[in-house]
Amino acid sequence: MKPIFVGYPIAIAGLVGFIFYILVALLAPWISPQNPYDLMVLDIMDGLLPPLSKLGNGTTAWLGTDALGRDILSSVMYGLRISLFVAFVAVTIGTIIGVILGLLAAIYGGWIETVIMRAVDLKVSFPGILLALMLLAIFGTGVDKIIYALIIGVWASKARLTRSSALSEMQKEYIDAARLSGISNWRIMLRFLLPNSIAPVLVVVPMALSGAIGAEATLSFLGVGVPITEPSLGLLISNGNDYLLSGKWWISIIPGLVLVSLVLCINVVADRIREHNNPYLKFQDKT
Amino acid sequence: MIKYISKRLWQSGVLAFIMSLIVFFGMYVVGDPVEMLADDEFTEEDKIELAIELGLDKPLYEQYLNFAGDIIRGDFGISFVHNRPVLDLIIERLPATLEIALLAMAIGLSIGISLGIYSGIKGNSKASRMISFFSTIGYSTPNFWQALLLILLFAVFLKWLPASGRGLTNSLFGIEWSLLSIDGIQHMILPAVNLAIYKICMQARLARSGTQEILYQEYMMFARAKGISRNRIIRRHLLRNILIPIVTITGLEVGGLIAFSTVTETIFAWPGIGKLLLDSIHMVDRPVVVAYLILITLMFVFINFVVDVMYAFLDPRIRYQK
Repeated sequence: MKPIFVGYPIAIAGLVGFIFYILVALLAPWISPQNPYDLMVLDIMDGLLPPLSKLGNGTTAWLGTDALGRDILSSVMYGLRISLFVAFVAVTIGTIIGVILGLLAAIYGGWIETVIMRAVDLKVSFPGILLALMLLAIFGTGVDKIIYALIIGVWASKARLTRSSALSEMQKEYIDAARLSGISNWRIMLRFLLPNSIAPVLVVVPMALSGAIGAEATLSFLGVGVPITEPSLGLLISNGNDYLLSGKWWISIIPGLVLVSLVLCINVVADRIREHNNPYLKFQDKT
Repeated sequence: MIKYISKRLWQSGVLAFIMSLIVFFGMYVVGDPVEMLADDEFTEEDKIELAIELGLDKPLYEQYLNFAGDIIRGDFGISFVHNRPVLDLIIERLPATLEIALLAMAIGLSIGISLGIYSGIKGNSKASRMISFFSTIGYSTPNFWQALLLILLFAVFLKWLPASGRGLTNSLFGIEWSLLSIDGIQHMILPAVNLAIYKICMQARLARSGTQEILYQEYMMFARAKGISRNRIIRRHLLRNILIPIVTITGLEVGGLIAFSTVTETIFAWPGIGKLLLDSIHMVDRPVVVAYLILITLMFVFINFVVDVMYAFLDPRIRYQK
């Protein structure tokens, strides 16, 4: 990893920010001032307090409270947890599906390749948000449903990339050698083709991750994403939206800033990794 | 060229067929229309009667043929909520969506491409770095979040522009357009800009990377070596070559804009088809959801077809591929 980031302060800052957010999400139950799901600790008297207010029990709400008296800092930490969880799971599964399909298409060819690549064409000719809305309209909403919807957004481009990079690997002699020594197709695929053709896919994974985080936030904001019992950053923003016009900005602006900075951190890292791997962009400036 | 077009046309037909199958199976087979229409007082016999009335006792292929036949005749059923033909509802709201989508497209293309070419040519200058910095931010910010900030800044704090609704409209060819009244245009600015920000960033990035790839091609050096003026090189050699990826993406993005207008329309209470879709999903108004999905699918199939033909028109190599 080192040579990719050395000399690129913005990319390093992005990487640090991203790791910070992951740590906060992982450690949320232990480091958050309050458990926002525990209705016992909430006091309606603490509702809608601006940042830095003192709560009834003597603690300080550094980032204010929402209408139910929930500490914004705590609910943002838990929201971050859900947003990152949903995006990570969806991108991981989607990428695995895409890579496997891409490898299958490359190694078997014939009708298997045709079916897989037509399905890819079908997927990429529609915008992700539309397919997601379609799926959520059919199956209803929920954390699992939104993960399916995001997986559908992820797999196709990965399958296409894997196939093209696997096809160019297959021209090489070591694959011929493996074939001649009688190794099975599956073994060739997993032991030789996979490790040698996965690099271009890994390069675009960070971009897919930030895309999935944004898509989940958008769908949850629209009320067709995660349920109210498990608020992600998008749903927190939507909850605060009603108070925005009355000047109580912190309820939606704070989760929004966290969301935007998270996506931004991932994107600058993703841009750097992509530039590093694309010789065409070598004339680009260092941002 | 005709061979190419007819091949694409055939592929579009197959695509439309597959998508209609997906919507049909999703909406009619996975979900049970009887359970949705029936209320608590329905007995088992009533439910069976309703199923027969809806044609659910027939074999699947026959049900699909009925479904497809209705669509071809333009019969999408009656909205549960509005109690009016669904097609009327959609057609009534389409102009509102089209006018902000097209305005956003115009803003996005004109500003985005100029910024992209400028920052591509200038490479490492301060202005160019500012452009790519802001385009990264714009690209990274979810659409709905930009909308909230626009509302907060221009409608709540500065009180310059209205934040919701369509304002006054004037009629042209029997259709109401916000573009034709001052009040309407004021109402359009925020949603159109909201839709356009993402487009500007995207076009700027595309034009920039296209410019940088082309800038070092041999024919560009040759053009410079011939002593052609800078402006002519940009117009004749650079712009034409970067247009290929831009045309493809832009074509798809017209559809993308209409799809994304669901978000913008919902936030700005803009009465277009996107808001109609979301309202219908929330109120389980299934006929409207089905009709929207089918129509938008057909639109996408059509756009993809046009883009492919345009693409082949701009780049002769594609026409002669197998």
